[in-house]
Amino acid sequence: MKTVRVIPCLDVDAGRVVKGVNFVGLKDAGDPVELAGQYDQQGADEIIFLDITASSDNRNTIVELAHRAAEQVYIPFTIGGGIRSVSDARQLLRAGADKISLNSAAVESPSLITQISEEFGSQCTVVAIDAKTNGDGTWNVFVKGGREDTGLDALEWAKSVVNYGAGEILLTSMDGDGTRSGYDIALTKAISQAVEVPVIASGGVGSLQHLVEGATEGEASAVLAASIFHFGDYTIRDAKLALIKAGVSVRPPIPIDE
Amino acid sequence: MNRADEAPLVAVLDYGIGNLRSAQKGLERAGADARLTSDEALVKDALGVVLPGVGHFGTCMANLKLSGLDEVVRGVVSRNQPFLGICVGMQMMFESSEEAPNVPGLGILPGAVRKLPPGLTRPQMQWNRLDIKKPKCRLLNGIAEETWMYFVHSYAADTDENLVAATCEYGTSVTALIELDNIWATQFHPEKSGLDGQKVTKNFVDLLSGSK
Repeated sequence: MKTVRVIPCLDVDAGRVVKGVNFVGLKDAGDPVELAGQYDQQGADEIIFLDITASSDNRNTIVELAHRAAEQVYIPFTIGGGIRSVSDARQLLRAGADKISLNSAAVESPSLITQISEEFGSQCTVVAIDAKTNGDGTWNVFVKGGREDTGLDALEWAKSVVNYGAGEILLTSMDGDGTRSGYDIALTKAISQAVEVPVIASGGVGSLQHLVEGATEGEASAVLAASIFHFGDYTIRDAKLALIKAGVSVRPPIPIDE
Repeated sequence: MNRADEAPLVAVLDYGIGNLRSAQKGLERAGADARLTSDEALVKDALGVVLPGVGHFGTCMANLKLSGLDEVVRGVVSRNQPFLGICVGMQMMFESSEEAPNVPGLGILPGAVRKLPPGLTRPQMQWNRLDIKKPKCRLLNGIAEETWMYFVHSYAADTDENLVAATCEYGTSVTALIELDNIWATQFHPEKSGLDGQKVTKNFVDLLSGSK
């Protein structure tokens, strides 16, 4: 049966967690690997590290992160951001990442999706789609953090990336991102129904109800959130219990007292 | 010196595919001296051998052959060295796969690898519960019925049910764990399945002590 995954996402800049993190008991609240370990222990199903480092000469930092995460995190993790070539992907996968996520490089050169999926498998080839509504039931694909409209229709692009070899889509509503007003459910549902591969809903989560909506109405395979977990508003356990209460099948949260 | 006191040497077969490090780290955490290798001599010395695998069946088989490790795997099995295949490393043990109809598998295990039924998201990329068929399987020591493991696959083995130690339900009954003498194979990723997956890895490492 289908089991929905709960995925915390960590923004990383030059090897450090960007957004404020409000956890008790962390030795180093800025260390993405230590944070990921905490989420792992709480019962997170996967982790996504999003490298937002501007400078490309900092690639080694993110490879090092993959290396350390492979030692300390017992669940799958994805690394996205700044991957522009097969060689970038290879470095991260060899270091221990389970999946890599392509974004603007996939738009610029869709054949990169094919090259990476042929060499390492589509299961490790995630394509991130950042979409903004056109207000008429369609969405366009944006790159460069939502600043640049590619002119591509999000639904068509989603189908294309799967044909190119993507094994999963990380779908972010740029309208919702950072607003805490919830996922773009219409977008999530449209893409989830259009492709056979799993879709991760992202962008805009401010409450547990939003996670439930993404999984139920949005039909997403996985629900991603960042700040509600980092700021300590809710734990992974809270998220799972809310999903279970709504009748969504999830891997149960790990008991706190175990 | 008693070998049982040492960390058992485990050869993790390296044929150039993606993430082998997680499997290696999982084995190390379980107390093994795990080495990524394609060296037959080292494989012969190892107490246990692990064949990981992700990606496309045809690509994995091609790379396995290119590195000569297909024959090395046959040697491992004929010497009765404890062997663990993971994911595509499991699938390659069978005769064929619908993912690459023209590429024969190793044919060490009977049966074929077939595409998961339509209607559900493919790949199955999620945690799923084990339905244990052989509670006495040595890799399931301490693993309760309905324990959650992490799966990533679009194809699964269709084989002799006497070999199947556990399944999971995904549109159909999916082969999750095989046991045949000293051969074990998991469709799920023990190295990615949290502490329960770690137990499975440890069960494999523990059975190596005293096996030589």
